[in-house]
Amino acid sequence: MSLFKRNTSVIDEVALDKWDETVRKKKKIRNARRLMRLSVATMAAGCFAVLFLLPIVLTVTNSFMSASEISANYGQVFATSSTGGKVYISEKVNLKFIPDMVSFSQYITVLLKSPEYLFKFWNSVVLVVPIVVFQLLVAAGASFGFTRYRGRMKEIIFFLYIILMLMPYQVTLVPNYLVAQWFHILDTNWAIWLPGIFSPFAVYLLTKYMRRIPVSMMEAAQIDGAGEWQIFRRICLPLCKGALCSIAILIFIDYWNMVEQPLILLSDAEKHPLSVFLSKINAGEIGLAFAVATIYMVPPILVFLYGEDYLVEGITYQGGIKG
Amino acid sequence: MHFPGRKKIKSDSEQTKKQKGIRKKSDTSPRTRRGRRISAGYLFPSALGVMLFFVLPFFIVIYYSMVDNPISHQFVFLDNFVMVFQNAAFRQAAANTLTFSAAAVPLAVVLSLLLAMLLESKIPFKSQFRTFFLSPMMVPIASVVLIWQVLFHYNGMMNEIRVLFGADKVDWLNSSYAQAVIVMLFLWKNLGYNMILFMSALSSIPKDILEVAVLESATPFQIFWHIKLRYMSSTILFVTIMSLINSFKVFREIYLLKGDYPYDTMYMLQHFMNNTFGRLDYQKMSAAAILMAIVMVIIIGILFLTESYFGKDVEG
Repeated sequence: MSLFKRNTSVIDEVALDKWDETVRKKKKIRNARRLMRLSVATMAAGCFAVLFLLPIVLTVTNSFMSASEISANYGQVFATSSTGGKVYISEKVNLKFIPDMVSFSQYITVLLKSPEYLFKFWNSVVLVVPIVVFQLLVAAGASFGFTRYRGRMKEIIFFLYIILMLMPYQVTLVPNYLVAQWFHILDTNWAIWLPGIFSPFAVYLLTKYMRRIPVSMMEAAQIDGAGEWQIFRRICLPLCKGALCSIAILIFIDYWNMVEQPLILLSDAEKHPLSVFLSKINAGEIGLAFAVATIYMVPPILVFLYGEDYLVEGITYQGGIKG
Repeated sequence: MHFPGRKKIKSDSEQTKKQKGIRKKSDTSPRTRRGRRISAGYLFPSALGVMLFFVLPFFIVIYYSMVDNPISHQFVFLDNFVMVFQNAAFRQAAANTLTFSAAAVPLAVVLSLLLAMLLESKIPFKSQFRTFFLSPMMVPIASVVLIWQVLFHYNGMMNEIRVLFGADKVDWLNSSYAQAVIVMLFLWKNLGYNMILFMSALSSIPKDILEVAVLESATPFQIFWHIKLRYMSSTILFVTIMSLINSFKVFREIYLLKGDYPYDTMYMLQHFMNNTFGRLDYQKMSAAAILMAIVMVIIIGILFLTESYFGKDVEG
């Protein structure tokens, strides 16, 4: 503007004022438009957010209904799946956002009176935690192996890992079943632990991360007299701490959610994790279902709130945009 | 996605050929050889596990798919595959899986790109929105399936909304609408993950190029179409493949909603596998698994080829 003014100041004051005004008007219009666009975007994002959160919030709020309120409201939904429940059910399915009366009876029953749910919850924990810990341990070693002294053979093996990682359960479960049968570990937790521990997923992600550590660093350590173990322990692992966290979160979500493996590898329903058991809750216990579902949601949500940034980072590595 | 491309391996081998003399010297240095052996040792446990639990049994599966039964071991070559192909349940499952993927994958890609663009624009509460969009990914599907059943029941909320708009009630989970419900559940679960991938791709577009485009008075649409999409081509490809793979896993949702035998259009390949497991029909199971594996290898191969084709001129 200042440049413009200097040029025209000799010519005409009135024309300049007019010009100024049109510029200001245009700016105003542009600002208004930007504001409009922003508010539309925010509203759209808000709508999406409501849609995304609705099922979660509803599950939580419904867990505070008393058992009788739930069977009054939703009895019909779950009666169809069971064989002949009692028929004290209302005609309509009333979706309630907020219970008529907040009660903790569901939680009290689940936590204190019927231990089977806690038992199943414990099954989930027992199945998932060793997989997370040992998959990380095995993967840390393997990705160090893939990072140091890269050669043709290792690249081929790594390629194999990627293909295996991308295979759906439909393909990998049949081999897993056969191995479990050979080792006579079918129907034991080992049948799920072992394939989980050696799953190539963590190896792939961690290798991609570790390969970004400058080789010169490891070489410098080597010249200073560090052995392979020290390079691994003192250089690679500390630098990969963040990656280890994000991979742990990704593995945890994946296995906490598992349904396919226990269905096929554990025929004994007593050993099933809560995720499978929840779908089999029969009409008599709908009252408890929401509380159980909420309790089951708690660990991953805590992990999420604690480590959202790690999770986002982990997903980004998976895409390999950074790498 | 960075894969160890074929080219790299080839150039490696060429290098070894060229520098054989020099290489050999360094290879024979006891220190390097020792390091190589040790690093292979670090790899060993994982490689052994993968061999034992995934690779070797897969060869047994190939063997099983070609014999008539596990006891007499008569070699029948492709008969099992023909049998699987002729199986009505398998064909139904394959067709359902295909139509589901064909509907869900493009929707997942487009909608998540839209969400990422929304979050890239300067709206307030950006990080909160990111948390909200990601939260379905964390929640175990078993927990929300209850509320999903309530929403889509014949007398449930979705039908009441339909009635409000003057449409008829539909039995969501027991009609041809069932697939729509599953697509919604799939999108709900997977959009956040894809969105993160797109967001990081969007933020890695060089800023100077965008600035130049603005200076040259390009419209936002032009910027989006000619620059952003162009730079994200490899991410779009990756997201497509991941969504496709995840769409094969949708059995979990359906099983939790409807059990082993859902409505016809929800009967997926994994149902077929599970129910075949139940009967311990090894040949059929193996043949089906191998068919799936072949399809997956073809898809992954296409990913490789397309990525090496597209990724070149952008990333350089």
